[in-house]
Amino acid sequence: MAWFKRTRRPITAPADKASRVPEGLWVKCPSCGQILYNKDLVANLQVCTKCAHHFRMNAAERLSVLFDGEYQIHDAGLRSNDPLSFTDTKPYRKRLDASIKATGLNDAVISATGHLDGIPTTIAAMEYAFIGGSMGVVVGESITRAIERAIGARQPVIIVCCSGGARMMEGTLSLMQMAKISAALGRLDRAGLPYISVLTDPTTGGVTASYAMLGDLNIAEPKALIGFAGPRVIEQTIRQKLPEGFQRSEFLLNKGMIDVVVDRREMKGTIARALRVMLGLPTAAPA
Amino acid sequence: MATKKIDTLEFEEPVAVLLKEIEAMALMPQTPERIASIAQLESRVTELRGEIFKTLTPWQRVMVTRHPDRPCMLDYVQHLFTDFIELHGDRRFGDDHAIVTGMGQFRGQPVFIIGHQKGRDTQQKIYRNFGYARPEGYRKALRVMKMAEKFKRPVIVFVDTPAAYPGAESEERGVAEAIALNLREMALLDTPIVVTVTGEGGSGGALGIAIGDRVMMLEFSMYSVIPPEGCASILWRDAKKKVEATEALKITAPDLLAMHVIDEIVKEPVGGAHQDHVEASALLAEAIGRHLDELLAMDSSTRLDERYRKFRQMGDVGIVDLNPPASEPTPASV
Repeated sequence: MAWFKRTRRPITAPADKASRVPEGLWVKCPSCGQILYNKDLVANLQVCTKCAHHFRMNAAERLSVLFDGEYQIHDAGLRSNDPLSFTDTKPYRKRLDASIKATGLNDAVISATGHLDGIPTTIAAMEYAFIGGSMGVVVGESITRAIERAIGARQPVIIVCCSGGARMMEGTLSLMQMAKISAALGRLDRAGLPYISVLTDPTTGGVTASYAMLGDLNIAEPKALIGFAGPRVIEQTIRQKLPEGFQRSEFLLNKGMIDVVVDRREMKGTIARALRVMLGLPTAAPA
Repeated sequence: MATKKIDTLEFEEPVAVLLKEIEAMALMPQTPERIASIAQLESRVTELRGEIFKTLTPWQRVMVTRHPDRPCMLDYVQHLFTDFIELHGDRRFGDDHAIVTGMGQFRGQPVFIIGHQKGRDTQQKIYRNFGYARPEGYRKALRVMKMAEKFKRPVIVFVDTPAAYPGAESEERGVAEAIALNLREMALLDTPIVVTVTGEGGSGGALGIAIGDRVMMLEFSMYSVIPPEGCASILWRDAKKKVEATEALKITAPDLLAMHVIDEIVKEPVGGAHQDHVEASALLAEAIGRHLDELLAMDSSTRLDERYRKFRQMGDVGIVDLNPPASEPTPASV
């Protein structure tokens, strides 16, 4: 018999090392390794106090950061009926149910209206925890309704993108949401109303190739992964390793695809200033 | 005659047997009896093909869609249009060979033409990048569409691509932005647009030129959010599950007609469009002509409203509204 028989399970590192919404009392920054007190992190809008790494934020947090106070949620009752009766290794209905339970949402977006620095604004924020923030028929309908509502009320639209792309389990119907939302954005554009696309980590696939890239302003958070094809697909295509930082916000800025990279703590202020210019509103009185 | 060539898909085995028989008989002295029995066998081939193609599985349809002899965009251009002039380049970066644009006459009606070109032999395939378009292809298409709008000419679109090119240069030059802009601008383009998915409708790469007043699919074409192989390797973690993925994704023309994604299915010749390019083109020309006549008779605001509504309703079949009581203002604190 061995002297040092291991009797307890070893302490294992969490398999998911990517940035995620932290839940414990203390959180380790995946970028700089700093141990952060969770309350400090929340107070700092989920941005590492040491290295400014941006942790992922959920849709409700996004809305509460951007809106001044209360806001009205719309179309929260829309739910997918699994139009393809899709089953892969498990039924899509089961995946939907699990995501509904885990997030308290019916799909991967919250559409709301409220005030942003006093400006009546429509905001749709995507929820990554709901099947990777994927865009299916409900996301398409909810965002389209939000845009149409904004045109009616002559409000600017902000969409906070956070998505792996179109939802495969709703097939070609998901693909068509790109067209549907883009058509609505066309009407918003011709109505002379502002649209600001906020690109956060990650924004890829069909979301990038539609509303994420159609902003009057495309504003990205630092170091967000933003692209059309996934890095692995590109590496398979070109049979080469991609350079560090490929498809990150700073790369896209350099390639001319986005207007500005903004730290999350500056995001609301930047959007407010831009909207004032676009809408011709007086600048806020100096505090 | 295309039917003389023994080039059959694996599920056409009974047809292949007959074709071999015909080939053997054709080598023998041609007596009147033999000619008669060859003709009889040939009509049996057509009959049998018709039967087989009535009940193709989704994956078998994909095999037809990807058949190397399936007509390409330029085949349709040759059969459908006169006075064709190809227009090159996006005036920004370069000329993409996977998307062909041009102008010409369709039954005496001046039109602009846009489509993916995959290429047939190896050299052509490489030149066309296998139909995988780069950002400049989508930008060239938009440039030509804007010209069509300026001259008030309809746009005829042929869709046949596996996907937009997923390479580093595509990302660098903003393929996502190029596709996105086309989606928005095609929705607003003030001239009739008739789209036909003639082969592979591959995801955003297809959609990027596929917004129109009418969207049709050839009988054995496909239109999908992701290639079946890609879907299989992501969701099943096994690319060999492509047959299952194809069935689950519902990418066939009848499926998409039922879900109101497309307006019409255009018949193909017996055994698929590759059997007879001339007949396939004639069938397609009839459908395009019919829709074009309807669209040209409409005034532009009605046409644009209908185009908007057409895409606006997409997905309605997949939504239920649990219709909760009007939501109350939510406190900002999380």
